[in-house]
Amino acid sequence: MSLEHFMNEAISPWMREDGPDSDIVLSSRIRLARNFANFPYPIIADEEKLEEIRLFFEKEFAHQTFQHYGEFEFIPTRELSAIEKRVLVEKHLISPNLTKFSQESGALIAQNEQASIMVNEEDHVRLQIYYPGLQLQQALEKAFELDDWLEEKITFAYDETRGYLTSCPTNVGTGMRASVMVHLPALVMTGQINRLMPAVNQLGLVVRGIYGEGSEALGNIFQISNQITLGKSERDIVADLESVVHQLIEHERNARFMLMKERNTQLEDRIYRSYGVLKYSRIIESKEASNCISNVRLGIDLGMIQQTSRTILNELMVLIQPGFLQHYAQKTLTANERDVLRASLIRERLQLES
Amino acid sequence: MLKCQECHERPATLHFTQIINGQKREIRVCEVCAKEKGYIHYSEEGYSLHDLLSGLFNFDTPSIENQQGAFQQVQELQCPSCGMTFNQFKQIGKFGCAQCYHTFHPRLEPIFRRVHAGNTKHVGKIPKRTGVHLQKRKQIEEYKRQLQHLIETEAFEEAAKIRDKIRALENDGKIAGEDA
Repeated sequence: MSLEHFMNEAISPWMREDGPDSDIVLSSRIRLARNFANFPYPIIADEEKLEEIRLFFEKEFAHQTFQHYGEFEFIPTRELSAIEKRVLVEKHLISPNLTKFSQESGALIAQNEQASIMVNEEDHVRLQIYYPGLQLQQALEKAFELDDWLEEKITFAYDETRGYLTSCPTNVGTGMRASVMVHLPALVMTGQINRLMPAVNQLGLVVRGIYGEGSEALGNIFQISNQITLGKSERDIVADLESVVHQLIEHERNARFMLMKERNTQLEDRIYRSYGVLKYSRIIESKEASNCISNVRLGIDLGMIQQTSRTILNELMVLIQPGFLQHYAQKTLTANERDVLRASLIRERLQLES
Repeated sequence: MLKCQECHERPATLHFTQIINGQKREIRVCEVCAKEKGYIHYSEEGYSLHDLLSGLFNFDTPSIENQQGAFQQVQELQCPSCGMTFNQFKQIGKFGCAQCYHTFHPRLEPIFRRVHAGNTKHVGKIPKRTGVHLQKRKQIEEYKRQLQHLIETEAFEEAAKIRDKIRALENDGKIAGEDA
C-alpha cells in the first residue's frame, strides 16, 4: 500500500456502502482533537519538538491495523506535491490546514479511508471517523475506540474541569466536531432553505458548504456540525445534532413530495436537462457540473433515472474538483483545460454505467 | 428596583433573554457583572467564528489591568512552560500548550462562557487509561447523589445497596487517599 492507493479512486471504499437515510445524508463524521500533555502545541512549538511527535507516530502507529478499517499508512505532508495534497483534501482525508502549522505534519490514513489521524495540524492529534448515511452514534463509538487505542501509548492533555485541552478555545472540552453532509436540493429549489438554516444556527449548530469553513454549498450539499464543545457530553451533542438532521430530512422529503405532486413536469424537465448536460457537454465549469450532478442525484432518488447508481454521483463530486482533475492529467491545468477535461471525464463515467 | 442577579448590589440595568437549545433563561445584571461574566456580546449579525473570536479577544479586559494601571509596568501573564503571553494569546486566539490553561486561568472564564453558550465545565469523556481514578471518583460522586435521593425518598433497602457499592469502590485502590 502506498500514497497511490489513496489517490487513484475518487470515491473512498466505505462510500460504496449504503447507510441509514442515505438518500439525503451522504456521510457522518466525528472528529476528535487531542494533544500531548507535555509538548508545546504546533502553533508555537519548535520543529524539533514536532519532529519528535511525527517520528513517534511513524514508529508506533504506521502499518498498525485498527479494527476492520485496515492498516494505517503514514503520509508525511512534506513529501506531498501540491496536487497530491489537494486530492487528499478533496477526498476529505486531510484538512487544508494540515501544512499550515508545521513541516513536520502528516496523516495516518486507514486502508479503507474510513479512519484518519492528522498529526501536527492545529492540534498534535486530530482523528476522524466517517460512516455512510446518518450514523453519528456509530461513528462516535468508533472514534472513542480509536481514541482509546491511541491513548494506550500517549498521555493526552486533559484537565478535570476543562476536559481535553485543545489549542483553540473553541474546541476545548470534548474536542469533538460531529458533522453530517446532507444533500438538500428540494429545500433549495423551494427556497425553504433560507428559512431553515437560520433556525439551525439558532440551535447552536453551524452550516457550511461541502469543503468546510467559508466554502460554498456546491451541488446543494451542506455540512452541519456542532458549535459548542464545552459543557455538554459527546453523546448529548451527537443526539441533538441527529435530531435536527432528522427534522431536515423530513422537510426535504416533504419538499420533494410536494415538487413531484405539484410541479412534476418542471421537475422532470430540470432533472433530464441536467442529465443531458452531463452526458453531452464538452466544456463544463465546476459550479454548473455540481448543480447538474445534484439534479441527477435527485432524479435517481425519485426513481426518474434508473440506469445510474447513486454513488457514481458522490464519486463525480470529487472527480470534478481541480486537484483530482490535475492528478488525472498528471500535470497542472489552466481553468479552461480543466473545464474540458471535467466534461470529458463526466461523459466517460456516465457512459460506463449505461 | 431589581438588583443584579450576580452581585446582588447594583441595580440590574441590562436584561437579556438567553435561548440555548430551546431553553429560555432570563438574565438581569448590572453592566459591571455583564462585562465580567461575559454576557455582553459583540454584534452577532452574520457572524463567523473568526469574527466572534476576534471580537472576543479585543474585548476590554476588566479590573486587573485598570487597577494596576497606576504602576507603569504591568506584570503580564506569561506561560512558564511555552512562553506565550496573555497578549499573544489574545492576538492569535490559540493556546501555546496545556499549561497555558492554568497560567491564564483567571482570564478564561468569560471567554469560555461566550464561546460555549455560557458553559465553562467539561462533562464529556474521561481518558480511559490516565483517567481511571477520575472515572472512579466521578462514579462515587454519582452513587452518592443517588444515595442521597434514596434516603430522602426512604428507599432504605436500595440505599444500602448503593452504600455497599460506594464502599467497594472506595476500598478498591488508592482512591480514598486521593481525595484528601
